[in-house]
Amino acid sequence: MAHTVTLRIVTGGLQTTVQDLGRIGQQRSGIPVCGAMDRLALRIGNMLVGNDDGAASLEASLVGPAITFEQPALIALTGGDLEATINGTEVPAWHAISVPAGTTLRAGQPRVGCRSYIAVGGGIDVPLVFGSRSTYLRAQFGGYEGRALRSGDVLVPGVPSARSGRIADALRESGAAAVPARWSVSSSLRPRYSDDPVVRLIAGAHYDLLDDESRDQLGAGTFRISASSDRMGYRLSGVTLSLRKPVELLSEGVAFGTVQLPPGGEPIVLMADHQTTGGYPRLGEVASIDLPLVAQLKPGDRLRFRLVSVEEAQQLFLAQERELALAQFGIALRHPRGTT
Amino acid sequence: MTALPTAPISAVFSPLGDHAVTVTVGDSIDETTHRRVRAISAALDAREIAGIVDQVPAFASLVVHYAPERVGGDPAESPYQRLVGMLTQVLAHVGDETLPAPRTTEIPVCYGGDLGPDLEDVARQHAMTPRDVIDIHTAGDYLVYMVGFMPGFAYLGGLDERLVTPRRTSPRTAVPAGTVGIGGQQTGVYPLVSPGGWNLIGQTPLRIFDVNRDEPALLATGDHVRFRAISLAEFTAWRTP
Repeated sequence: MAHTVTLRIVTGGLQTTVQDLGRIGQQRSGIPVCGAMDRLALRIGNMLVGNDDGAASLEASLVGPAITFEQPALIALTGGDLEATINGTEVPAWHAISVPAGTTLRAGQPRVGCRSYIAVGGGIDVPLVFGSRSTYLRAQFGGYEGRALRSGDVLVPGVPSARSGRIADALRESGAAAVPARWSVSSSLRPRYSDDPVVRLIAGAHYDLLDDESRDQLGAGTFRISASSDRMGYRLSGVTLSLRKPVELLSEGVAFGTVQLPPGGEPIVLMADHQTTGGYPRLGEVASIDLPLVAQLKPGDRLRFRLVSVEEAQQLFLAQERELALAQFGIALRHPRGTT
Repeated sequence: MTALPTAPISAVFSPLGDHAVTVTVGDSIDETTHRRVRAISAALDAREIAGIVDQVPAFASLVVHYAPERVGGDPAESPYQRLVGMLTQVLAHVGDETLPAPRTTEIPVCYGGDLGPDLEDVARQHAMTPRDVIDIHTAGDYLVYMVGFMPGFAYLGGLDERLVTPRRTSPRTAVPAGTVGIGGQQTGVYPLVSPGGWNLIGQTPLRIFDVNRDEPALLATGDHVRFRAISLAEFTAWRTP
């Protein structure tokens, strides 16, 4: 059943942006990758509504938006728990939900984590900028007019896949009100968000430049997420680290999850909108599998680091990829062609 | 076409997390190191290596971003080990590559006045006239060592020693796009409006970064740059469609 769905933004929340898996291949022009802070939540949300896992969704941060779906739609909420309600009733995260025309989704304050993803069947359709629909707030391009959403904006999803249509049809058979699916992905795939996580770190190029005490502190200390933290990076406070001797480094490429040490001694974790290059010492990089845990931290939350090898980090990542592929396969099996 | 170092390039590989590797070929800003980086960059562009998704050439290193699940080779080894093995093979043959001839881009600049509010101050610091600063700045042949920091920002080498000027003690909160500045031993053009601590000596009407172009960044690593002085009238005419 084809129809044009429109999403009307009633309130934009604190910072709700269109994000996908980022702008790949443009970093040599200085263009950051951007994309979802919590890529796993974005991917699972898309899988639940039958999208390609890199389809564009909405990322809501700290204070969520209110959105009216003017036509029936298939949606899923993943990531942090922002106390979302549909027409006043609390709805479960990590499940596909069929919503009837006129439904208003309201997200509130963070209960667990701080970033919630709203996936819509068909994905959010905004113009591609260098192969991506992700919003780059600092240079004001990509996403919806290069900015966070605000009251009165209207978004239009793309054409839902056949699978998305089958998932929606199966849910609509069971009633006219908003219906959450009884199935989801395995709970082992859902990140165990915490406001005090242990985050695995791969030692970086300049880890050996730390003095002995700082090296111990990096592995044992508790760092606090400071108020000046955003999609570009998190400033950590509470533990001050120092090098054995000062170094002058040449600027070079950095990554999502790089932990830099500026001269003040308080590390910065580079996040989704990070600059392509940096000149501060690099103590390490957060293992990809734990980036979602960091992405969900808000100012005042804490984290500790634990060192792992790159080989172990890649094994964990590949195991998660296999589990995601199985989950995708399971959703396909549940909604075979020729059924509604 | 320009000749390249024929000796194999020695490089050090180090993991930049589990999705990227840094290939380091030197520890200083010089043209020989720069040419090594460019040669590796060109060699990687010429070969399609499964799993590589992006690369960032810099002064003395190149970061290769990759998708571990797409790297080929023996699954008994980690994707990192496999990729380093492939990169080592590529580097062994990099001497055979030829670099494309460098492009030279001329950047028209209206120096001084409201567009370059620090020109007179820079001149005073070096006990010369604003005209001298303009003459020395436009006489230089600059090389783009790398692009980074912000979209389209080119790190230029080649500033005349006579113009080396310390950064301003209090940075400005918003420097307009296209502003030409001097900060320490560096000179360059702000591609986007941004905070900045450089001494602002002029402004170009060219768009250094334009997301609506096929090539959004005007300058790429390896390009040569020359500045040309234009009048305020020319600057204004350029900006008027």
